[in-house]
Amino acid sequence: MKVIYVDNNATTQVAPEVLEEMLPYFNEFYGNPSSMHTFGGMVEHKIVEARERLAGLLGASPEEIIINSCGTESDSTAIRAAILSNPDKKHILTSRVEHPAVKNLFEYLSKNGYRVTFVPVDRKGRLDLDYLYKNLSEDTAIVSIMWANNESGVIFPIEEIGGVLKEKEIVFHTDAVQAVGKIPIDLKNVDVDMFSLSGHKFHGPKGVGALYVRKGTKYSPFLIGGHQEKGRRGGTENVASIIGLGKASELAAANLSDESIRVKRLRDKLETELLNRIPNSIVNGDIENRLPNTTSIAFEYVEGEAILLMMDEYGICASSGSACTSGSLEPSHVLRAMGVPFTAAHGSIRFSLSIYNTEEEIDFIIEKLPPIIERLRELSPFWKKAQ
Amino acid sequence: MWEYTKTVKDHFLNPRNVGVIENADGVGEVGSLACGDALTLYFKLDENKQIKDAKFQTFGCASAIASSSALTEMIKGLTLEEAEKITNDKIAEFLGGLPKQKMHCSVLGRDALEKAITNYRGEAEKKVEGKIVCECFGVTDIEIKRAVTENSLNSIEDVTNYVKAGGGCENCHENIQEIIDSTLGREIKAKKKVIRLTNIQKIKLIEETLEREIKPALKKDGGNIELVDVDGNNVLVKLHGTCATCSASQITLKHYVESKLRELVAPELLVEEVQQ
Repeated sequence: MKVIYVDNNATTQVAPEVLEEMLPYFNEFYGNPSSMHTFGGMVEHKIVEARERLAGLLGASPEEIIINSCGTESDSTAIRAAILSNPDKKHILTSRVEHPAVKNLFEYLSKNGYRVTFVPVDRKGRLDLDYLYKNLSEDTAIVSIMWANNESGVIFPIEEIGGVLKEKEIVFHTDAVQAVGKIPIDLKNVDVDMFSLSGHKFHGPKGVGALYVRKGTKYSPFLIGGHQEKGRRGGTENVASIIGLGKASELAAANLSDESIRVKRLRDKLETELLNRIPNSIVNGDIENRLPNTTSIAFEYVEGEAILLMMDEYGICASSGSACTSGSLEPSHVLRAMGVPFTAAHGSIRFSLSIYNTEEEIDFIIEKLPPIIERLRELSPFWKKAQ
Repeated sequence: MWEYTKTVKDHFLNPRNVGVIENADGVGEVGSLACGDALTLYFKLDENKQIKDAKFQTFGCASAIASSSALTEMIKGLTLEEAEKITNDKIAEFLGGLPKQKMHCSVLGRDALEKAITNYRGEAEKKVEGKIVCECFGVTDIEIKRAVTENSLNSIEDVTNYVKAGGGCENCHENIQEIIDSTLGREIKAKKKVIRLTNIQKIKLIEETLEREIKPALKKDGGNIELVDVDGNNVLVKLHGTCATCSASQITLKHYVESKLRELVAPELLVEEVQQ
């Protein structure tokens, strides 16, 4: 069965060009970049190149990039570094809709001596900026706000927040894992101190990520060890993946216009057609400020896991904010923070596209999904009553 | 991804007996939209008081739909007395098993059946007995006790898997543990001290615990222990007698002294041995 993959906010296909560039570095050029000999030095050159490519994508300089293992490592490193460099400050601030990589660390810190502010969002998933600004104080060690939300796709006003925080001299970190490769980013023009990304979200391999640390930002390493990454992140480099991350960055820069035009058009078509064909369906999130590839749609009175499994029968891969898919019993914290009613939260499906999706695939989903929802609604005791 | 059996998948993709029975003899409604699953069960009896027809409507995940479908198949042809004996375990068994986290779907089926039978007999619906323990999912102590007894549940996680209690804000976890302990006849553990100890109180309590609990135990083996210092949460001790030369002394320290001190004084204590 053909797989129709519209779950690209979970992970993406490694681009063929990326894989091709990685492969020789497993068994042919397997040297350690730290070695003195030419065989190792050759690998070192490729890592330098990868760092430059990534820096190019972000508008950063290569020495501001610390390559590591994943988005979570970047988030943890950034937040802990800020705390360690501001030992007297005991307040930290984030949003209520962060990825668990940030959310759970903040919750952990709240039990370990830190006062934590979780900034709410409105019904459309937009950040309450007044609330954010009102809660800043001289005691604030770090503000961590994601660039774009993984579930709703809503983009937060990072530039604006960055400007305010710079004036107040508060460290600002952003988890940009979902934004990189999907929307243009130029860190020369945005006041963020630290910025997390992950390779596998934009057609690079899994197991590699990076943290941007603006020049002059106080930093302390999370993994202390060798001199790799200038002592800022010890551990032998994940060479092939780093090279893959570099290539993926180069491709992402080249594909950004495709992403924002063609992918957006396909996403809009999918969304519009599903809303037209399926009654009682609602988009979750601010459609004005959203990633071009993401739509989260709530189908009222049906349950998300059932929808996913029925789509799975056709090879359609998406994800759900429903409780049942995650093993927890409550719908996603993002949808709850947005105040999505229970009638809709349990039946929310996220479609996230990539440049590899075709018009035919989108048409196939548009054709297959409405009867699935109809069938599940016939099963549901609430559907008739709601009519 | 859940590991569903073929039977679960079959009953999910091709559910049997979906729908409503007009003029049903018994109707049972359980669950709610907020909880994420809900089931309405209908049955009709024949002249021999056997279940002639059963139908259902379910809002929920694949295993909730499959459990409902299975239930309707299981009860057809049974008398109410026979149907009453169907436990949630039987429903799960019929489906070839359910993932642990999905056992509540089978409980949902059992509850709907009970309600439908009560409804038929014209008995007043049993009032919500007991008191609500889990506010998030509205689960009472009686329901938790019943799930613990019928399914030999041992942990809070199990209880959550079977009746959802404790799956939300987690504020009720301590109460659920107490119910499990008392139902299984375990001694209820003394509530942990939440009061923060000052340094002097902490040191005194460590000394007392060493004297009262630990020294007598070590002395039995010809050893002894001396408190050298308390530095924050680090408890520095010196070992004497058999303990000092015994190769198992590290293990004694880590596993015995530390766990005793953590249990009786403060959970964050670390024990370190100071060399002679």
